Amino acid sequence: MTTLVFLEHHEGKLEKDSLGVLSKAASLGDEVEAALLGFRVEDLAAEAGRYGPTRVHVADDELLAAPLPQPRVDVLEALVRDGGFHTVLFAASVLSADVAAALAARLDAGLNWDLTDLVLEDGKLVGKRPALGDSVYVDVGWTSEPRLALIRSGTFEPAETGGSAEVERFESRFQDFSLAARMVEQAHEESEGPSIEDADVIVAGGRGLGGPENFALVEELAKALGGAVAATRAVVDAGWYPYAAQVGQTGKTVSPKLYVACGISGAIQHKVGMQGSGVIVAINKDPNAPIFEYADLGVVGDLHEILPKLTELVRARKAA
Amino acid sequence: MKIAVCAKFVPEAAAHPRIDPLTKRLDRSGEGTLNQFDVHAVEEALRLKEASGEGESEVVIVSVGPERALEAMRKALAMGADRVLLVSDEGAAGSDLVATSRLLAAALEREEADVVLFGQQAGDSDGAVLWAAVADRLRRPLISQVAELTQEDGKLRGKRQTEYGYDVIEAPLPAVIAVSDAINEPRYPSLKGIMGAKKKPQERVSLGDLGIAAGEAGEAGSRTEVYGLGDPPSRGDTVKIEDDGSAAEKILQFLLEKKAL
Ligand SMILES: Cc1cc2nc3c(=O)[nH]c(=O)nc-3n(C[C@H](O)[C@H](O)[C@H](O)COP(=O)(O)OP(=O)(O)OC[C@H]3O[C@@H](n4cnc5c(N)ncnc54)[C@H](O)[C@@H]3O)c2cc1C
Ligand SMILES: Nc1ncnc2c1ncn2[C@@H]1O[C@H](COP(=O)(O)O)[C@@H](O)[C@H]1O
Repeated sequence: MTTLVFLEHHEGKLEKDSLGVLSKAASLGDEVEAALLGFRVEDLAAEAGRYGPTRVHVADDELLAAPLPQPRVDVLEALVRDGGFHTVLFAASVLSADVAAALAARLDAGLNWDLTDLVLEDGKLVGKRPALGDSVYVDVGWTSEPRLALIRSGTFEPAETGGSAEVERFESRFQDFSLAARMVEQAHEESEGPSIEDADVIVAGGRGLGGPENFALVEELAKALGGAVAATRAVVDAGWYPYAAQVGQTGKTVSPKLYVACGISGAIQHKVGMQGSGVIVAINKDPNAPIFEYADLGVVGDLHEILPKLTELVRARKAA
Repeated sequence: MKIAVCAKFVPEAAAHPRIDPLTKRLDRSGEGTLNQFDVHAVEEALRLKEASGEGESEVVIVSVGPERALEAMRKALAMGADRVLLVSDEGAAGSDLVATSRLLAAALEREEADVVLFGQQAGDSDGAVLWAAVADRLRRPLISQVAELTQEDGKLRGKRQTEYGYDVIEAPLPAVIAVSDAINEPRYPSLKGIMGAKKKPQERVSLGDLGIAAGEAGEAGSRTEVYGLGDPPSRGDTVKIEDDGSAAEKILQFLLEKKAL
């Protein structure tokens, strides 16, 4: 069985999650090769070679300079058809999710997503997928080849094998529609913000705050607790709080001793950024909010009532 | 301008959705609703329609799902969408990404919309992937995760967040756009809208109507399968309380117990 791993990179560096998936694939005992697509990326191939692949296919083309999914689908389609890969693995990201799903349609291939493990059971590849807000673990498989999979971010750690890989150049050919979308501006960070990664205590706010002005409630509690303030993508996208403070799949990964989630539904993409927290407290007015599945203390109630009181109590306690 | 919105019928969170251990499919027998993430796509479609001038545009809701999905789709009609096209067929049950994207693309081919909108994710599958498969089948440019959408000289511009910050991507029409839940604040249907919704066209089509063979949909047309179900690892004791006015005291107490202060 041969496996192809799609390697993602940003500003001249390979993504840790991609290398983690590469290491995992190698550990399953398959023959593993990697696909590196971009513009002037050949230097990265040698580094990738240290994580287990026997070969790194490099598609180097100016039309692959911007991280847009559709041109990458054209290249991977040709590569998979030529190479006869049985399995194609992706570390989940905004880019690779689009690439993987389009490739599934192109190749009439099964795609399983959000996997947190891959195992061989009687020689058969099985994916482990937490579903329905992680409330049930599902064993998933594929009924045909190639098997495509997206691995949840932060799942596998890279492990160097000390080996090296053959580097092979691959010519890219593109369909017209794949080149129709154009990157106008790339990876622009909106504003500077505080660092939240080292904080012992984090108080996070979501759309349940009702408006940007109510971040004051979260800030006050954070101040009283001596912690930092974080936010969900929904409120960052809406411009209520800076991107630097966002926790989750496309934001920061944090593991404070205490995480207080206020008005946050608890989507998986948020959870992956804070599940390593020591103690999780959630305040949400909807008793069915997914966050209650993984909060150590879940409080069903209105944050506008609870937060000011809690801030007062914490202040009084600290003063005593 | 013609705008199609792909919308899904999903189980209500309050109905505590579960996977049926026998069929290993999501149990869809409980109460269902229009996927909340898709309401944002409907709202964005209505805004595009309104911006294009009275009478010039149409918003059509396209859905693959059981027959009773029609009722849930009425919410979109009440908000202002013009009609619904539902692909509903016994043979479509159990469709995975490959099969669902095939059905949806076939229905969308019929509509020839200038813009096809998707929501951020289906609340029951959490895939956030379907649009890419559909865009590939339709051979159209795609912009996903769009938090801000603008239109200029027949092109759409989407601002979207990735792991590294914000991208701005431009695509000519016809295009496929998937919006994030932060793109807008959806309107509530007016009483008049609710009254009028029932009378708007609601068409149901079968696989045959779309020219799709039985082997191309449902489990036969799918390329993934489910072997078994298990319990998630336990996170230890989780406590859930209702605020009766003393929640703040209880949180403080809990933090002291856990030595988290
Ligand atoms: C590819 C991808 C990447 C993503 N990356 C991230 C990421 O990095 N980080 C992230 O956070 N999200 C991310 N998301 C988005 C994620 O799926 C959710 O949409 C988002 O986290 C929701 O934010 P929220 O909880 O603030 O808003 P909502 O889901 O709208 O939840 C608001 C909550 O507030 C509650 N509420 C309302 N009023 C009150 C009140 N008065 N008192 C108490 N509670 C109240 C409501 O009951 C609700 O549960 C990503 C999505 C995708 C598809
Ligand atoms: N059965 C369906 N019918 C129509 N649209 C759907 C269906 N399933 C998913 N979608 C659309 O695809 C988006 C992403 O779904 P998913 O990739 O399943 O998370 C949703 O927000 C909807 O816009």
